[in-house]
Amino acid sequence: MIPSSFDYVSPTSIAEAVALLARQPDGAKVLSGGQSLLPLLKLRLGQVEKLVDIGRIPGLEYLKEEGGMLKIGGRTREAALEHSALIATRYPILHDTVRVIADPIVRNLATVGGNLAHGDPGNDHPATMLVLGAQVVVVGPKGERVIPIDQFFRGLFATALEPDEILTEIRVPTPPSRSGGAYVKLERKVGDYATAAAAAQVTLSATGVIERAGLALTNVNPVPQRAAAAEKHLIGKKPDAALLNEAGRLAAEASSPNADRRGQVDYKKEMARVLAARALQIAVDRAGGR
Amino acid sequence: MPQPRTSKEISGMGHSMKRKEDPRFIRGKGNYVDDIQLPGMLYMDIVRSPFAHARIKSINSEKALKIPGVLAVITGETLKQYNLHWMPTLSSDTQMVLPVEKVMCQAQEVAAVIATSRYIAADGVEAVEVEYEQLPVIVDPHKALEPGAQVLRTDKKDQKDNLAFHWEAGDRAATEKVFAEAEVVVKEEIYLPRIHVASIETCGCIADFDKVDGHLTVYMTTQAPHAVRTVLALVAGHVGLSEEKIRVISPDIGGGFGGKVPVYPGYVIAIAASVVIGKPVKWIEDRMENLQADSFARDYWMTTEMAAKKDGTMLALRIKTVADHGYTNASANPSKFPAGLFSICTGSYVLQQAFTEMDAAYTNKPPGGVAYRCSFRVTEAVHAVERIVDVLAQKLKMDPAAIRLKNFIQPEQFPYKSLLGWEYDSGDYPKALKLAMKNIGYDELRKEQAEKRKRGELMGIGICSFTEIVGAGPSKTFDILGIKMFDSAEIRIHPTGKAIARFGTKSQGQAHETTYAQIIAEELGIPAAHIQVEEGDTDTAPYGLGTYASRSTPTSGAAAAMAARKIREKAKKIAAHLLECAEDDLVWEVNKFTVKGAPTRSKTIQEIAFAAYTNHPQGMEAGLEATFYYDPPNLTFPFGSYICVVDIDRGTGMVKVRRFMAVDDCGNIINPMVVDGQIHGGLSQGLAPALYEEMPYDENGNNLAGSFMDYLVPTSMETPNWETDKTVTPCPHHPFGAKGVGESATVGAPPAIANAVVDALSHLGVTHIDIPITPERVWRILKAKGVAQ
Repeated sequence: MIPSSFDYVSPTSIAEAVALLARQPDGAKVLSGGQSLLPLLKLRLGQVEKLVDIGRIPGLEYLKEEGGMLKIGGRTREAALEHSALIATRYPILHDTVRVIADPIVRNLATVGGNLAHGDPGNDHPATMLVLGAQVVVVGPKGERVIPIDQFFRGLFATALEPDEILTEIRVPTPPSRSGGAYVKLERKVGDYATAAAAAQVTLSATGVIERAGLALTNVNPVPQRAAAAEKHLIGKKPDAALLNEAGRLAAEASSPNADRRGQVDYKKEMARVLAARALQIAVDRAGGR
Repeated sequence: MPQPRTSKEISGMGHSMKRKEDPRFIRGKGNYVDDIQLPGMLYMDIVRSPFAHARIKSINSEKALKIPGVLAVITGETLKQYNLHWMPTLSSDTQMVLPVEKVMCQAQEVAAVIATSRYIAADGVEAVEVEYEQLPVIVDPHKALEPGAQVLRTDKKDQKDNLAFHWEAGDRAATEKVFAEAEVVVKEEIYLPRIHVASIETCGCIADFDKVDGHLTVYMTTQAPHAVRTVLALVAGHVGLSEEKIRVISPDIGGGFGGKVPVYPGYVIAIAASVVIGKPVKWIEDRMENLQADSFARDYWMTTEMAAKKDGTMLALRIKTVADHGYTNASANPSKFPAGLFSICTGSYVLQQAFTEMDAAYTNKPPGGVAYRCSFRVTEAVHAVERIVDVLAQKLKMDPAAIRLKNFIQPEQFPYKSLLGWEYDSGDYPKALKLAMKNIGYDELRKEQAEKRKRGELMGIGICSFTEIVGAGPSKTFDILGIKMFDSAEIRIHPTGKAIARFGTKSQGQAHETTYAQIIAEELGIPAAHIQVEEGDTDTAPYGLGTYASRSTPTSGAAAAMAARKIREKAKKIAAHLLECAEDDLVWEVNKFTVKGAPTRSKTIQEIAFAAYTNHPQGMEAGLEATFYYDPPNLTFPFGSYICVVDIDRGTGMVKVRRFMAVDDCGNIINPMVVDGQIHGGLSQGLAPALYEEMPYDENGNNLAGSFMDYLVPTSMETPNWETDKTVTPCPHHPFGAKGVGESATVGAPPAIANAVVDALSHLGVTHIDIPITPERVWRILKAKGVAQ
C-alpha cells in the first residue's frame, strides 16, 4: 500500500497546470480529490512521474444556476452536492446519486469532475449526467471546449479528455416543469461500487404522457451509455408499471455486465431490469408530484 | 437486575461506569505499536508468494540490495543457518517462517527486506526477483482427503495423506442405534465459510535487540504477551535468547478477536533481523497482507443430522465435519482440544445420544483456525445445532419456539452433565426465550407473517437459543503448548488508599481498565476511579495466558476478587489492631470494618491502607498487597435467546434485518454498559458473516476477497438497531457469579439471522441456506421457486 516515488506539483492557475501537463503528456496526471487515483498508486496498479494537484487553483469549487443551467465547478466536492439545498430540491436525481457514492469520508474529498474524468463505468455520476444531458467543459493548451456528455466516455478508464486538458466545469440543463429523476443503486454494502444502478429522468406532458426520457445504467457496461431502445420505448406513452418494466427489460437486454464478486452476469442483468423499472417509477412519481 | 451494593462514587459491580480508557482513545492519545518510534529504527517489508503452491527455484536479491537504504534481504536460507526457518504452531504442527523449498499458500512470506525507511523497504520488495515453478493446487478439503490425492506436506516424512488430524467425541454405536430406530431424521450439509477477523489495527511489531546486554524487547500486537515470551525462550533459546532477558510489551491494541493470538512469521523474521543487525526493526502489515496472510476463522463443512420423535422430542445429534486448515494446523486451540470446544454442539437441549467426528485437511490456503470472537469453534457448533433444530421444526410443522421450549434443559437440571462431557454450571433457558418472545411480540409477528404470505410478501422470524462455553481453564484439562490456562491478578494498595492492579490478560477493547477496577472496588470499597489497571508488559504484570475465548472475567476477573479478599483478610488484622478489638468482632461493609454492635467504631479501607505503611502491628509484614493465580474449577456457560425479523426484497434478493432482540444471560454483571457494548459489537460481528463476509478462493488458490473492496465488513449503515435485554443466572462456581460475555453475540447472531431468512422462504420448501446470505444467493432461490419479482 505504498506507491513508487513520483514528483508532485501544485500550480495555482489553470494555465500553469495545463502547461505542466503539456510538458509531460505521458507521465503527468491530474490530482483532484484523489479518491480513485491514490488507491491505484498505492496498490502500484498505476504509476505516474508527476502528479499535478489542482487543489490550489482558486475558483473551481461552486454550484450555481445560471442561464438555464446548473453549473458545477470541476473540483466541487461530492459532499458539497450532498449538503446543497439547491441540489436536494431542484435536482433530486443528483441528490440520490451523491448520497450513494462511496462513503461520507470519501465524499468529503472526492470531486464530481474526478468522478467523470476517471472514466470508470463503476462510478455513479456518469449514468446520472447522461440522462440529464450534461455538458463537460475542459481547458487545454488550445483553450476551452465543451463536450456533450454523450461523447465524453470513450472506453474503460478512457474519456474525450486529452492528457493535457483539465475538466473545469459540468453544465446540467435545468429540467423543464413536470420533470422528475431518480438514481437507484444496489450495492453489497455502503461504499461499494454498484452491483447495478439505474438513473432515470423523465418529462411528462400536461396530459401525463412521457415527452422526454433518459435512462442509463451503472457498472453493467464497459462504457457508460444511455439505454436508447428503452428510452425510445417510453416516449409518447402513459407511464404504467407494465411500460416501465418493459423499459427496464429493454435496458437490461442491451447491457453487458461482467461477472465478479458482485454477481454473475444473469443476476446483474436482472438487477439492471429491476432497478431501471424502480428508478423510472420514482422519476415518474416525482415528475407528477410537482 | 440486582441493585448495585456500592455507591456511584465507589462504582463497584453493577454500575454503568464510563470506560476509563475511552478519553485517550477518543482524543487520539492511544499508543499502538505503529505509534512507537525508536532511535535508529529500521523497517521491514515482506515479499509474498503470488502462487498457492510453487517450488522456489531462485531468489535474486541483487537489484534490491542496490537500492540506497536497503540493508538486507532475508530468505529462508538465511534463517536456516539459525534453524529458524520453521516454527511450531499453537497446535504443535509446524509452519514455515520463510520457505527454503516451496510455498504452500498465496501471500505466504517468501523473503523480507530490511531498509532505512518504510518506503524504501517497499521498493526493495518490488525489486526482489523470485523464480517459481508452479505445482498443482488443492483448495477443496474434500478433494484433499480423497485417496490418492497429492500429498501437500512433503516436509513431513511420515505424512502419507492430507489428513491433519481426526477427532471424535461421543458414542458412535449408540448414536447410530438411535438414528436407526428414530421416527424422524433430518439432515443438512452446513458450511460455515472461511472468514477473517479484520481488526481495525493490522498486526505488527518492533523487535529491539540490544547486542551488548542480550536483552530483547518486542512491542507486539499480541493478545497473550506472557505466552509469547515463553514460546520465544523455548524456540529461540539455541540462538541465545533467555527468558529473563525477553520483554514483550503489548501496547494499546486495535481489535484482536483471536487474530492476535498466533505468532505470525513476520514477528519471528523481525526478531531474527534485530538480533542479527542489533537495531530495532519495525514491521507493520498493510490491510491486504492482514486479510490475505493472517489466520482465518471457521471453514467447517458440517454434515448435521438430528433424530427425533414425531411429537418433536429430540433424541440424538450427529455431526461429521470436514475442516479446512490450510497448509498447516495453526489453530489457536488448547492442546487437548484439536477441534476446540466443538463438543458443545449438543447445545441447550436434552438428548439421548450424540456423536461428532472431524477430519481436518491440509489444503493450499493460509493456515489459521483462530477462535474469531468465540471460545474455540463454538460458533461452528452452535450454528450446526441451531440450524438443525429449525430444520426439524419445519419437517414436523412445529413452531421453532415451541420445539425449543419442549426440549430445553430445565433450570432444575443444573449443574447439567452434557452427553459430550461438559458440566453446564447454571441456566434458565425457557426464561430467556420467553422474555425474548415477549419483548419482540412473537405471536403478533407470526400473525403478520401469515398475512404477508397471503400477499406474496416475504418476511421471516428466526430464533437462536445458544449455550456458550467460555473461560478456559480449568488447568487440569486446558493448556496451550503445555502452559496451563490459569490467569492472574496482582493488587497493591498505596498508603493513601489508592491502588494499582496488574493482570496476566490483555484488553483489546474489552474495557479491562474499567471492569477490573470495578471488581476491586466492589471487594475493597476503593473507588474504581482510583484503581489503576495495567496489562501487557511481561516485565511488570503477573504471568497469564492472555485475553481470548471470553476468559478474562472468568479467570483474571476472579483472580482480582480473590486477591482483593486476601487484602481484606490482612486489612481485618490491621483494623483489629487499630480498633483494639478481636478480628471476630469486626464486620465488613462496603468499604470499612466496623465493631459489631458499635457502629461508630470503624476503620475505612483508606485508614487501614495508611496504617499498613505507618502503623502496622509489630510482627506483621508491612504493606498491603496480594497476588492471586486463579485456576477456575469449571468453565462458565453463558447463554441467551435471540430473535431476528427479516424482510426480503423479491426484486433484488436483499435481506433486511428489521428487528433483532437479544436476551443474554452472563450471570452477575460487572458493568451493564460494557456488557451492552460487548453485545452490540458481537451482534454486528455476527451479522457480518451471516450476510456479508466470506474469504473465498478460486481453483488456483487465489484469494478472491483480499481487500476491503470484496471483504465486506458491514458498517453502521448495514447494522440494524440492536435491542437487548438480560436475565441473570449467577455462575455458581465463580467468586462473584459472573460468566464471560464477549463472544455470546458473535456466536448467537448468525444462526438467528440464517433461521429468519430460511423461515421467510420455508413455505417454498427451502430448508437451508449457507451463509453469507447474499442478495444473489437469495435471488437464485427466488428465481428457482418462481417468486422473483
